Amino acid sequence: MTTLYDERAGTDVPTRRITVTVNGETRVAEVEPRLLLAHLLRQGLRLTGTHTGCDTTNCGACTVLVDGKAIKSCTMLAVQADGHSVTTVEGLSGASELHPLQEGFKDEHGLQCGFCTPGMMLAAKALLDRDPNPSEEDVRWALSGNLCRCTGYQNIVKSVLWAAAKLRGEAVSAE
Amino acid sequence: MTKALDEIKIGGLGSSRKRVEDNRFIRGKGNYTDDIVLPGMLHMEILRSPLAHARIKSIDTSRAWDIPGVHLVLTGEMMATRNLAWMPTLSYDTQAVLATDKVRFQGQEVACVVADDPYIAKDACEAIQVEYEPLPVIVNPQQATADGAPVIRDDKENQPDNVIYNWEVGDKDGTERAFAQADKISTLSLHYPRSHPSPIECCGSIADFNRATSKLTVYMTTQAPHIIRAAVALVAELPEHMIRIISPDIGGGFGNKVPVYPGYVCSILASILLERPVKWIEDKTGNLISTGFARDVYLEGELALRNDGKILAMRMHTDADHGAFFSDAQPSKFKIGLMHSTFACYDVPVAHLTARGTYSNKAPGGVAYRCSFRVTEAMFFQERMMQQAAYDLGLDQAEFRRVNLVRDDDFPHRTPFGFLTDSGQYAKCLDVGLEAIGYQDFLRQKEEARARGRRLGIGISTMTEPLGAGNSREYDILGIKMFDSAELRVHLTGKAIVRTGARGQGQGHETTWAQIVSHELGLPADDIVVEEGDTDTAPFGMGTYASRSTPVAGAAVAMAARKVRAKARRLAAHLLEVSEEDVEWELGRFYVRSAPDHGVTIQECAMAAYSNMPDGMEPGLEASAYYDPPNLTWPFACYIVTVEVDPDTGVWDVLNVVAVDDCGVRINPMIVEGQIMGGLTEAYAMSNMQFITFDAEGNCVGSNYMDYLLPTAWETPGFELHEVVTPCPHHPIGAKGVGECAAVGGPAAYVNAVMDAIQDTGVRNIDMPVLPDRVWEALTFRRDVSGAPPVRSDG
Repeated sequence: MTTLYDERAGTDVPTRRITVTVNGETRVAEVEPRLLLAHLLRQGLRLTGTHTGCDTTNCGACTVLVDGKAIKSCTMLAVQADGHSVTTVEGLSGASELHPLQEGFKDEHGLQCGFCTPGMMLAAKALLDRDPNPSEEDVRWALSGNLCRCTGYQNIVKSVLWAAAKLRGEAVSAE
Repeated sequence: MTKALDEIKIGGLGSSRKRVEDNRFIRGKGNYTDDIVLPGMLHMEILRSPLAHARIKSIDTSRAWDIPGVHLVLTGEMMATRNLAWMPTLSYDTQAVLATDKVRFQGQEVACVVADDPYIAKDACEAIQVEYEPLPVIVNPQQATADGAPVIRDDKENQPDNVIYNWEVGDKDGTERAFAQADKISTLSLHYPRSHPSPIECCGSIADFNRATSKLTVYMTTQAPHIIRAAVALVAELPEHMIRIISPDIGGGFGNKVPVYPGYVCSILASILLERPVKWIEDKTGNLISTGFARDVYLEGELALRNDGKILAMRMHTDADHGAFFSDAQPSKFKIGLMHSTFACYDVPVAHLTARGTYSNKAPGGVAYRCSFRVTEAMFFQERMMQQAAYDLGLDQAEFRRVNLVRDDDFPHRTPFGFLTDSGQYAKCLDVGLEAIGYQDFLRQKEEARARGRRLGIGISTMTEPLGAGNSREYDILGIKMFDSAELRVHLTGKAIVRTGARGQGQGHETTWAQIVSHELGLPADDIVVEEGDTDTAPFGMGTYASRSTPVAGAAVAMAARKVRAKARRLAAHLLEVSEEDVEWELGRFYVRSAPDHGVTIQECAMAAYSNMPDGMEPGLEASAYYDPPNLTWPFACYIVTVEVDPDTGVWDVLNVVAVDDCGVRINPMIVEGQIMGGLTEAYAMSNMQFITFDAEGNCVGSNYMDYLLPTAWETPGFELHEVVTPCPHHPIGAKGVGECAAVGGPAAYVNAVMDAIQDTGVRNIDMPVLPDRVWEALTFRRDVSGAPPVRSDG
């Protein structure tokens, strides 16, 4: 690898070495302390399924799981993820099998432009991991940190309930 | 005899086919502009003005140039040397790309920096020193037209004041005569507040100029790639065939991604100067304070009424605040869009509309936010006015509408402003809605609740709206006629590709265009791939906005498929060894009329087009169609909302929402319902919380998502949907536009419900968003509440 430096640079930009487990894989990176986790994932690791929408922790398009908890990666520094485990949308499904949330969003038309979808699914996963049998109200509350401009949420809620039912082993409408 | 294909099973018309595009989105494998990385790519950031109106005394960029990793700092002065400091707008005005003389709104683009990464570019923007001399600020039309108001557009010759246009339509004298005959005149005035479409994905572009080939490729968040190509060709004076605009996946548009923005132009120039790809991705505040807003119109009007409820005439005046540059994206013939479609669903004999547009020190735009060019304001005023007139006459608001709705046997119906509505079952839609909400029961509940001090209310909104511009005789943007296009290529194994000049942003074109082909040809929808958004491969089209894709591009898809079927018929005749006249068609198959068992499938015809065509026939099986619609499509909708208002706090909760939509034939019912629910949510947002405004200094209040509230899953009500189907008489498959109906007709239903709950106070209007403090103010002081800027500054 070659790293090119701008001749005007007097001193090297300070960096820190971090180790993050991303979707089960250990990744080691040299990062600027100010680098946001969202940017490490998107630019550094090329996991572009994590989107950035608002920069202020409101829209939730950048939601990932850190140690199983739903976190908005646009307001977490990459160095804060050092030693932790991160799950992104790319880690939701196996090589061939979709996660029930992914199936549910498709089956129940829970997405339109798709931009909020990865964050929605990860926020929903954090809910279903702690509560396998949520009510509609539980789902609406759990997703209240994620904005969608296309769907009006009704089908997103149905998608999550569909996935919850499937994860519980109940019969769901076939695709 | 072979069994005819089941159209629903092959994913044809009427099938709630699961969406094709979801396969990538649910895996995080969408390809949005910011996901694209090109070799050697640099990053651009924009420095914006903190002031709304100020003269630029100096700009010092030296400290920015000194930051390691900075490649270019652009200012208006540098743009001017290339004649790029200003650019034309879509409404025959000019807009600053980077400010030279003055800044005219807060957030205006002043300079930009290109650097190795976006963090460095942002650092360098902060290192640029700009000295401003503040000027008096204008934030509404009243200030703009006051004596001695500063002239915002002193860059323009022949612009002595802040008035952009005065425009009128209708029959002034006839309307006056009708008003003289009225038993009663009902009046209303209100402000439809500025709103921002605010897709979650901000705007951005990656310009990639290749010196070796002279080709400019731009990846861009645009709903209308061909319009952008034309604009770049004209503005940057590059040859059109050397410009390729690619619109990848778009994270929501809602009209915000129609205009040409300074950031696009700067990234293009930077790439040309540096000969490297340059990426610009706007941040959310940049998006909210500088890109295409919507609405911001003051409407006042009155109805001439007979005591039995019949409307005799309507007149209204609109005062539109267009911001610093008149850059509305709308057909050129109409200055205030299609505002004159107001009252189109009612039988109004005569009407008159006057409109004035003014500049202010606010961001430009005037985009059609989930709207066909000011139709949202038109229908909002109409439905607020209808409710108020019913109250003034002492009539039931549903019955008052029924008396005036155009009757089923009156079509085609000429509206007082000259539109021709062509189809609908208006009264039926109203009945379905009233039945679903339990109208009479609710009125009883409302009475009972009132006796116990509770305030319930019901709001109705019925409307038809003009969707799907053209026709080309009346509708053009910058002279380019508003038709659309499709190309269909059937491969030899019977698989196919469709390309259109539209560009979806979540509407599901990849799914539904295939369904139209499936309906016309009997090919399984899964065998048809849809591609849009690349100007090098897609036929010329005007893009996706104003609910025009299904009415225009979708029609073009059907027409292209019919051309393919016509050729396939000739191939079938050849294969069946009969004359073409003896060939009959059923879905997916041609057969001999006298021997129905003797037939060939469309797939066999496709193979023959490449392997066994008759002598003299041109090989291949493909067609293109440019579709110029004979009329707009006229969907109808009835939205009914019930609410409870807390008299102590002014907070109102939605109890029920019923939507009855007649958008003609539904290609994919699942997708149509998704569109309607999205629209109902935006309607709720506009009526309840979406608040972007300005203080007296022109500071944008609502410049980020902490202040500009968008509804979440928690606040958003549930929706009950119903349908009525009146096919469009001129569309090839009978479809009408639908994507924006609920956002257009919805807001009045919510506001009317709140106003109904406080009707006894005599308050005639509370401006949107109907915030709790405004309701409380209206209830407490028994007065109308205006939401017009300026709002008070903090402290």
